[in-house]
Amino acid sequence: MSRGLGRIVVVGASLAGARAADTLRREGFEGGITLIGAEPHPPYQRPPLSKQYLEGTWGRERLELKPSPAASGGAEAELMLGTTAVGLDVRERRVRVSGSGGDGEVSFDGLVIATGCHLRTLPGAAGLEGVFTLRTVDDCERLRAILELGPRVAVIGAGFIGSEVAATCRKRGLDVTVIEALPVPLAGALGQEMGGVLAAVHRDHGTDLRLGVGVEGFVGDGRVGGVRLADGSVVEADLVVVGVGVAPTTGWLEGSGLALDNGVLCDAACFVKAEAGGARLDFVVAAGDVARWHNRLFEEDMRVEHWTNAVEQGEAAARNLLRGSQEAEDFSPPTYFWSDQYDVKIQYVGRARPGDRMELAEGSIEERRFVAAYLRHDRVVAALAMNRPARIVAWQQRVAARAPWEPAAP
Amino acid sequence: MRIVVDFDVCQSNAVCMGIAPDIFEVRDDGFLYILQENPPESARAKVEEAVRSCPTQAISIEEG
Repeated sequence: MSRGLGRIVVVGASLAGARAADTLRREGFEGGITLIGAEPHPPYQRPPLSKQYLEGTWGRERLELKPSPAASGGAEAELMLGTTAVGLDVRERRVRVSGSGGDGEVSFDGLVIATGCHLRTLPGAAGLEGVFTLRTVDDCERLRAILELGPRVAVIGAGFIGSEVAATCRKRGLDVTVIEALPVPLAGALGQEMGGVLAAVHRDHGTDLRLGVGVEGFVGDGRVGGVRLADGSVVEADLVVVGVGVAPTTGWLEGSGLALDNGVLCDAACFVKAEAGGARLDFVVAAGDVARWHNRLFEEDMRVEHWTNAVEQGEAAARNLLRGSQEAEDFSPPTYFWSDQYDVKIQYVGRARPGDRMELAEGSIEERRFVAAYLRHDRVVAALAMNRPARIVAWQQRVAARAPWEPAAP
Repeated sequence: MRIVVDFDVCQSNAVCMGIAPDIFEVRDDGFLYILQENPPESARAKVEEAVRSCPTQAISIEEG
């Protein structure tokens, strides 16, 4: 390549990492690519793990990431699976790794950081049989095997994963209780009113929803028997799924000199920043759940834990790495995510903040078929569509254009 | 090139429509429609982006 990058190492072999590696090849990079992944599996699709794959309606072949030349290894990319990055030496341009093949170092000329997130846990869960988390395909298959036994299910956390797992368990005919510390599900992401709509959706489908109450601990010795809540009550359960969110996987970068603050800090083009002075390193980019970059559309440092961003940012960061910081293009997407819960499809574009005004823009909340717009200074900064997939692109365009709010928008 | 959609797995997330609205359209009935099954070669980059960006990997391209 013109920049003289002989070898590019991608740390993190999930969606963002795989899409970055694919993009390097598509853009004509002819040097070596090494894709390092902590899991033993080649890159795969995670969204079905809380939905179709957990439900059992999709087989394993649907998790295969395609088209992805890098995911299949071979000449396209060397896959180092079952290998965890444990350190980074920026000056010597080396990643320290530990894994099935022993400990070692991998040298690079250019680096893509895509280590994603890891699950937050609850104290007392370790070593207790019947308490599960869900992030990997192995987690999902263990969980699915237990669901076959018809357990009473408690889900801690009504975030996206917790809500989708609850919906899937109800579809399988299981008794489900969801415990959420906030007064409504997804209040942080969607706001109080929309969270209230989602609470009603849960209840309409027979899910027992315990809101605004914290978890005190687990009941059971060796094997879980229930969850004890802060109000003293106990939710009896044979199976507990903990979905209390994730944290960016940056432990291996401590002491590397990279700026870390709820993720790897990046500039608007996904180049990472150095700790002291904040200068950007033009041979290191970050993408996906782990990257906290400056999105110029919102003039906000943001970190996005959703599928579409992993694809788009993986591609953008890889292109910019090849171009160099002088030729790089800012990554400024409107951002998009979806969630399927029960018979409800939620699609969301943009980025709302507490204090933004919400208006019903189209349809009827009662019928659960509507678009709600989030406004800041009378401009559209986000939109949520429920069961209105035909309309989300129009609202995506408004968010991207920071369009003024028109109450009678078509 | 011919666009093939596996409608059994399509979930109408409308990402393809955001990328190439002249080729993919999710309508009010909630289903995806292909507006151009055999788009011109000039549309290839956009169609390939839609293939890569489909959350359910429902879209593929058949050559010929």
